[in-house]
Amino acid sequence: MSAEPRLVEVRKNVLKQNDVVARALREQYRQAGVFVVSLVSSPGAGKTTFLEKTLTLLHSHCRVAALVGDLATENDAARLARSMAPVRQIITGTLCHLEAAMVQNALQGWDLHQLDFLFVENVGNLVCPSSYDLGEELRLVLLSVTEGEDKPLKYPTIFNSADVAIITKMDLAAAVEFDEQAACRNILAVRPCMQVLKLSSKTGDGIQAFLDFLGERRSRSRSAAEAAAWTAT
Amino acid sequence: MHELSIAMSIVEMAEEEAAARGSAHVHAVHLRLGPLSGVVKEALLSSFEMACAASPLEGSQLLIEEVPVMVFCPACRAPKHVASIQWMCCPECGAPSSEVLQGKELEITALELSK
Repeated sequence: MSAEPRLVEVRKNVLKQNDVVARALREQYRQAGVFVVSLVSSPGAGKTTFLEKTLTLLHSHCRVAALVGDLATENDAARLARSMAPVRQIITGTLCHLEAAMVQNALQGWDLHQLDFLFVENVGNLVCPSSYDLGEELRLVLLSVTEGEDKPLKYPTIFNSADVAIITKMDLAAAVEFDEQAACRNILAVRPCMQVLKLSSKTGDGIQAFLDFLGERRSRSRSAAEAAAWTAT
Repeated sequence: MHELSIAMSIVEMAEEEAAARGSAHVHAVHLRLGPLSGVVKEALLSSFEMACAASPLEGSQLLIEEVPVMVFCPACRAPKHVASIQWMCCPECGAPSSEVLQGKELEITALELSK
């Protein structure tokens, strides 16, 4: 029979293991000078089409690569490989999200110094990926016009964990009577000041603005890293 | 649904902490949980029961303290609780705030142990 229990104070972040790996990845990315962008959305919001377009356009003048997470199949990696950029599939099995250690394993053998951009496409899921830091510098949350304007209110946590919202499939906006103002209002309600970009991967509308934004964020991040390195010396 | 893998981490961490303190029995695990952690309380409670089954923690309780979301209001220049995570703004002046001070917690704070 056990004695009267005693209360012992413990301070432990449950996701510490993931956070430690994510921090190590972030440092590795910083040293290699690669800008890492992750993508989250519900299944079918257009992550892979958007990424294929982005990789194809960036590949002509930048060094790009991508990791893509899915529960099963290598279909997405095969689609993304058409962009001619190096792509690796992470098959998560039954796991509904990517964790930092999976990203770390998938990167083995790649020389990050040879890359300008690395994209990490998470499993299509608007719930679980919000808990896991992958060491990325920028997290994009995609919302397609066919999903309804109130998605951000239904899944506030994932929107809150992301840096930028991308509204996709804008070519279908009129057909589905998408209320853009309501969508933006809902995004800003759950994540005030969030930058919102709109585009259509199919027609290409808005893609150039996204690429410009990406380039600008990368140079801003590089200057900040260089300034920090200079201050440290 | 990632609560089961999180519950399994909690069980594993509690076991390690108990062993490090020379305790054989974990009666309860105290946890602080914020709504922005992405973890659902009810799902975590039932997952915890499953994760404990046939482990040294079998029969132990998970006691969850829910941590309200707090932001820094740029207009009032003070920390404020938000009314809901669907409306991240100051409940008094209505100013939106993206500076989250609290509400992402997912941490073990204490264990109830015996020899």
